Amino acid sequence: MSEKIPVTVLTGYLGAGKTTLLNRILTEDHGKKFAVIVNEFGEAGIDGDLVVGADEEIFEMNNGCICCTVRGDLIRILDGLMKRKGKFDAIIVETTGLADPAPVAQTFFVDQDVGDATKLDAVVTVTDAKWLKDRLKDAPEAKNQIAFADVIILNKTDLVTAEELAGVEAAIRAINPYAKLHKTTRCDVAIDKLLDRNAFDLDRILDIEPDFLESGHHHHHSDDVRSMSFTIPGDVDPDKFMPWINDISQAQGPNILRSKGILSFKDEPRRFVFQGVHMILDGDLQRDWKADEKRESRLVFIGRDLDENELRKGFMACAA
Amino acid sequence: MDTQTKPVSLREHVVPVTAGEHVVSASWLKQTLAFALADGRVLRWRDGETESIDAHAGGILSACSDGERLISGGDDGRVVTTAAEGEPIEIYRDAKRRWIDAVTFSGSGAIAWNTGKTVHARDDKGKLRSFDFASTPQGLVFAPKGYRLAVAQMNGVSLWYPNTEAKPEFLEWKGSHLDVTWSADGRFVVSSMQENALHGWRLGDKPTHMRMTGYPAKPRSLSWSHDGLWLASSGADAAIIWPFQGEGPTGKAPRECGARHAKVTRVAFHPKALVLAVGYDDGCILLVRLTDASELLVRPPLKASGITAFAWDKLGKRLAFGAEDGAAGILTLPT
Repeated sequence: MSEKIPVTVLTGYLGAGKTTLLNRILTEDHGKKFAVIVNEFGEAGIDGDLVVGADEEIFEMNNGCICCTVRGDLIRILDGLMKRKGKFDAIIVETTGLADPAPVAQTFFVDQDVGDATKLDAVVTVTDAKWLKDRLKDAPEAKNQIAFADVIILNKTDLVTAEELAGVEAAIRAINPYAKLHKTTRCDVAIDKLLDRNAFDLDRILDIEPDFLESGHHHHHSDDVRSMSFTIPGDVDPDKFMPWINDISQAQGPNILRSKGILSFKDEPRRFVFQGVHMILDGDLQRDWKADEKRESRLVFIGRDLDENELRKGFMACAA
Repeated sequence: MDTQTKPVSLREHVVPVTAGEHVVSASWLKQTLAFALADGRVLRWRDGETESIDAHAGGILSACSDGERLISGGDDGRVVTTAAEGEPIEIYRDAKRRWIDAVTFSGSGAIAWNTGKTVHARDDKGKLRSFDFASTPQGLVFAPKGYRLAVAQMNGVSLWYPNTEAKPEFLEWKGSHLDVTWSADGRFVVSSMQENALHGWRLGDKPTHMRMTGYPAKPRSLSWSHDGLWLASSGADAAIIWPFQGEGPTGKAPRECGARHAKVTRVAFHPKALVLAVGYDDGCILLVRLTDASELLVRPPLKASGITAFAWDKLGKRLAFGAEDGAAGILTLPT
């Protein structure tokens, strides 16, 4: 089987600088050829790259999973692009400013042909330092895009004071402390910080430490979208954990945007790693725990209106 | 593969053709064979001579043939026809260069294609009619009789009379419908679905549903037998052949032919006999006779050379095939 083609999903609220970032990726001298799926055709006309217009048509899967929505147009476009394998090294999907990243991400897990030919590399979200705080108040889409991100570009930092910038950063971190964050003025970020992230590759989820250690103790209970993590300082019982995480994903899937975990199963020399998007869970036993590694079990949820105490209680009850 | 019943080989009757690029479709234009290629070229083959024609300024996404011309839609937003001789003729160009990934034709000479959410139908006199659908049209197919078009889309299949103002009839079934086919007697419409199934309707005053499920992959290739009584499909490790005698396949089990440890990617019924060409993702091609399930080997497995196109000639004497790596060939049946 040939190598799967990596796909980077580019999101960001209207005016944040998505097109600037896209043009930077396409024009920078990196020797890579891209196929670009844009929502507004004609916005980015770059010679030498395949540019395709998309319609963002979302449909619900017939599998009874209410949040299993996928992008039908994306499946169709990727099917067409796969006939021209070898003409490009990677695919970039730009979404509209109002788009929810979940259907795009889920397409790669739900559609078999898409999953066989391509792999989701990372969700990159461009945010606007000046207007983000307002958007977080009035636009749930902007929150979703940050919650979903593996990489966040905090752009237009030259338009705010240092103090304002710190405030915006704290607001982002309250929602998603795990994404890699880059502060830029004109999306001037090195391309290797955006591509080949392998953010959805179970083998590459090395740790789920936050990218940013909160100084002090912020509690953002007023925020409906936020992250939470739980640690059991030892083993969990897979016979308790697996049904629990399945139940949680089924019952609270619509509210869980992303989940990740690295778990130590009792009497199992290997780490169990999983990640999820809404109700879709993908998990596997991975490499052995190293001798100098502390065997502990850690879970992260990023979601909307999640009951932290209930989730903690449920997870703690899975301890072996 | 079951080595105990190794099929008789027809390999020495195959003439290879180098297409050089992913083969989107193969079509016989009388004695000339035309391959539509993913890089936008049409390759014409006749008596061992090949000729490459630049038909599109991008890739070819979809192609079909009425026996006289190859009709192709490309990612350059153009619909082009290419005959057995001469230059390609552009019959439509989308101003926004949107993809045209479905084209079809009718027996009376009409052609239809999609751009965005619009379907365009051009009748045999060249009159163009367009209709905007609620969701992106995917597969297109004309009714065997009359100027009526079936349009596969989200949550169902629309049946549209391009020459009337009437709103298209919508055959509703939740999910994403990809390819669509119409039985030769006009009684059945069958679509392939994103979720690894076929869905059919028996047409009438009140269309009835037919569910054909259980595929491990999407059944993207469909072929009717010459007598119209069987519908063969890809998407499993054997060709799945549904019986369409009487009321259709509801409650009946399909036939499974050519089971191997590989996925069937293309199927094509012989135009005059109950013989099915079966192509697999591992490059193998078998001919299977429905009456006794006997198998003939046309092409042994070949790495990264999954079968993407089939075309029987009108009399069923020759079978053309194409593969994802640009390999192609012609089997001439021994007499």
